[in-house]
Parts: sequence; structure tokens; C-alpha cells
Amino acid sequence: MQLGAAAHGARPQPERLLSPFARTLTALAVIVAPALGGVLPEDRADVLWHVYNGGDITVEGPEVLIRKKVGDSLSLSAGYYEDMISSASIDVKLSGSPYRETRRQENFGVDYLHGKTTYTAGYIHSREPDYIADTTFYSVSQDMFGDLTTLTLGYRRGWDQVYRDICALKHPVGTYCPDIINDPTFYERSDHRGYSLSLSQILSRNLIANFNYELLTDQGYLANPYREIRYLSPGGLGFTLAPQVYPNTRTSNAASVQLKYFLPWRAALTAQYRFFRDTWAIVANTFEVDYTQPWRNWIFDGGLRFYEQTHADFYSDLFPRADYQNFMARDRELAAFRSYLVGAGAAYQFHVPGAPWIDKSTVNVRADHLLVDYSDFRDALLAAEYGAGNEPLYKLNANILQVFVSVWY
Amino acid sequence: MELTIRMLRALSTLLLLAALAGCAAPTPWVKPYEREHFADPIMSFNRDPVSSSYLEHTLETREGAHGGTGAVGGGCGCN
Repeated sequence: MQLGAAAHGARPQPERLLSPFARTLTALAVIVAPALGGVLPEDRADVLWHVYNGGDITVEGPEVLIRKKVGDSLSLSAGYYEDMISSASIDVKLSGSPYRETRRQENFGVDYLHGKTTYTAGYIHSREPDYIADTTFYSVSQDMFGDLTTLTLGYRRGWDQVYRDICALKHPVGTYCPDIINDPTFYERSDHRGYSLSLSQILSRNLIANFNYELLTDQGYLANPYREIRYLSPGGLGFTLAPQVYPNTRTSNAASVQLKYFLPWRAALTAQYRFFRDTWAIVANTFEVDYTQPWRNWIFDGGLRFYEQTHADFYSDLFPRADYQNFMARDRELAAFRSYLVGAGAAYQFHVPGAPWIDKSTVNVRADHLLVDYSDFRDALLAAEYGAGNEPLYKLNANILQVFVSVWY
Repeated sequence: MELTIRMLRALSTLLLLAALAGCAAPTPWVKPYEREHFADPIMSFNRDPVSSSYLEHTLETREGAHGGTGAVGGGCGCN
């Protein structure tokens, strides 16, 4: 959103034989677009190291993001991200072997500014030994109403290829698999689409609001091939494991509102709420509050996030019997739970001597603690002690650390 | 069906009028010279994209809900 410039008039375009809705979108995206304008993102580079540690999973790795303008109307970005995963999670211990693997992701983006309209397109490629994902995204963003309002329409599409590692089947239970060996008989695909609308609105000289809505559709193989359901059976631990069966489609609606207020002593307060609902009967609410306080060369951040969701209608921690219903899942992401995130961060701005081309540079650290309190996902590893279905509910505690350096040039 | 078409027509008309009203240069109730606070980096909704995208990905792979925040992610890393 550009500050300061006033809006100019627009020349109406001839109407086409379009539906009213398509005509409106065309009007917003094309007719008004050439007459108004925006601002490209700043030139900056970030190098980050991240560490996640919780639930017997460690994920760490680097992330790099570089953005550079080319001329007055073009901005290019490129990024690299890596997850080095070492997992002996509760799911892995129940039905597989601990593993180590690396996920690598590259992304490229371009922003083109024309008048007060910004056109954005990008591509993300992610690959793990057993999962390849390609995503493209496009959006058009328009400043209007004297630059008090920015409207963004977006579309994204993803294509995933899913494989299954069978090392665990050939390796002693409980020990790390030395290599990833993909099952030659298993290959699945999934397709994801998202349609979004965002509105950023300056409400007063100290208050700005963001409204976001996104419709998402997922189609294809949507399950995790390593996780299994369990159903009651006599003898042994009192349950038997069986493959999950997921629906092949999912449609989700997500809407959020963010408010940011500038406090009189130069600080910022942010409040955010998101509502989510999908065709698997998951309903989720997310609440977040953040506070930002600058002090001399420092900027301090603190935040609280609360998340709750209901379980999917085909989820159960323990099914009464085999083939109990057509769709069955025990992924804990589909269970009912509440999660709490508490985080704090600090950024220190410093001058780099001998580098006059650097306008500003900061070193940043942020630490978060995540607690996930499941309502219907039990610690099945304790079945021998408590009996199937009577185990304590599972809790996940995780620490998340980020250290990064940013330079503006 | 007819109701949906009527609603779409009404919505289209409203949005079109709103868009064209924007071209007519309405008087902003917050003047450009009153917006200096929004130029302060602490007022950005996404001050450090590299950090917020990482945190969003980390949470999204552990929750059933996703999307609706204006961010675009990719890949999985979620076993």
C-alpha cells in the first residue's frame, strides 16, 4: 500500500459477454488497475537457522530469502529452505522405525508494479525422498479509495507426488533406517487449489485492519501413508493396527481478521482471529495477540496464540472393529485438541562497517514454546500398562527457535 | 438458482459501484500526512517474512486447519 499519493480517474473498458461476477472481477482487476498504484517490497536478504524440538522429533535447517528490485516496476525474489528431520515420534514408534531425512525447498517469485496495481506470481518446489510438491501462486493487488484500501485476489495451485518408504519394513523395529527405500508399488498424487480474497484497510491514523478469506480444495491421496488406525481386538495389547482410509476430496473455508494498533509510546499491538471449517467436519478457531516494543536499537516482540479444533468425522483413536466405516483415520492432526503457543523475540539493528551499500541490518532471535493438548488422541504406547482405550491422553511439548540476520540494501 | 443469480448481480453492482467510486477520488478520512505511523516497520503485518512463513509452516503441519492468512506455503515435511 502506497502512502501519500492520491487516486486518479479511470477510463472505463468495454464490457464483454461475461457473467456478472466475472465482470465485477474484471472491473476490479483490469479497469481500475491501470489508473492506480502501489509499492514494491523492499530489497532485503535474510539468512535464518531454525530448530524445532518436541515429541521426539528434531527438525532444523537453514532458510535464505533474497529480494531485489529490477528497475522501478519489477521485484524478484528467490528462497531456499531446508528441514533436516530426525523423527522417533509417537506415531513412528507405534507402527514404524525412527528415520532421518531432509526436505529441500526452492521458491521464486516476481512482483510487477503497474500504476497502483501489483501483479505477483511465484513457484515453490519442495522435495523429500518420499514426497514431492510443486506449487504455483498468482495474485493481483490494488490500492484504492485514496490509498486507504488494498484489495488482493489470489489463486494458488499445488501438485503433490506421494511415495512410501519401506525401509522400516525391512529394518529391525526401533532402530534408525539407514536409507530411504521407496515402495515401487506405491505412487499417489494429490491436487490442491486455493482462491483467496484479502482486504487491507486503514481505519484511523493509528489502526489498520486486514481481512482474509480463502477457499481451498484438495483432491487425490490426502492421507499419511505411514500412519495407521487401531481397532479393538482380543489378546496382545488389546488392539490391532490397520491402514488408514481417507476421503479423496476436501473443501475448506478459512477467514481471518487482523487488527494492528499504533500505541502512543511507539509500540504496536496486534490481534488476530481465524475461523476454519471443512467438509471433514473440522471446525477450528485461532486467536492471537502480539505486542511489539522498540527500544533504542532493539525491537522486542511477545505473543500468545491459542488454537482449538474439533475432530474429523472419520477420526477415532480406537475403532470398535475392523472395517467399522468406509473412511477411518487416526492422524492426530485430525483429532480434537487445543494448542497454546507462547513466543518472544528480539531484533538488534547494527551498522556494517565498510559496506555503504547496506542501508540497515539486524540480527534476530525468536523462541516459542508449543503445547498441544489432545482431547481424543491417546498414548497407545502405554496400552500394555493401562489397557487399550484407557491410556493417558497425549500431550506434545515443543520448543521452536529461530536465529536470523537481515540486511536491507 | 434465480436467487443466486440475483445475489450475484447485486454483489457485482455494489462492487462495481465501489470500484468506480474509487476512481472518482473519494476524500480519504485519514489524510496522507496523517499516515506516518503506517510507515513504521513495527506496523507491518509481516515484518520478517522469512520468520513468519517458517512459523506458519511449523504450526500448519501439526494442525487440521490451514489457509486464510494470506500466506502461501508448499511441501510437507510432516510425517
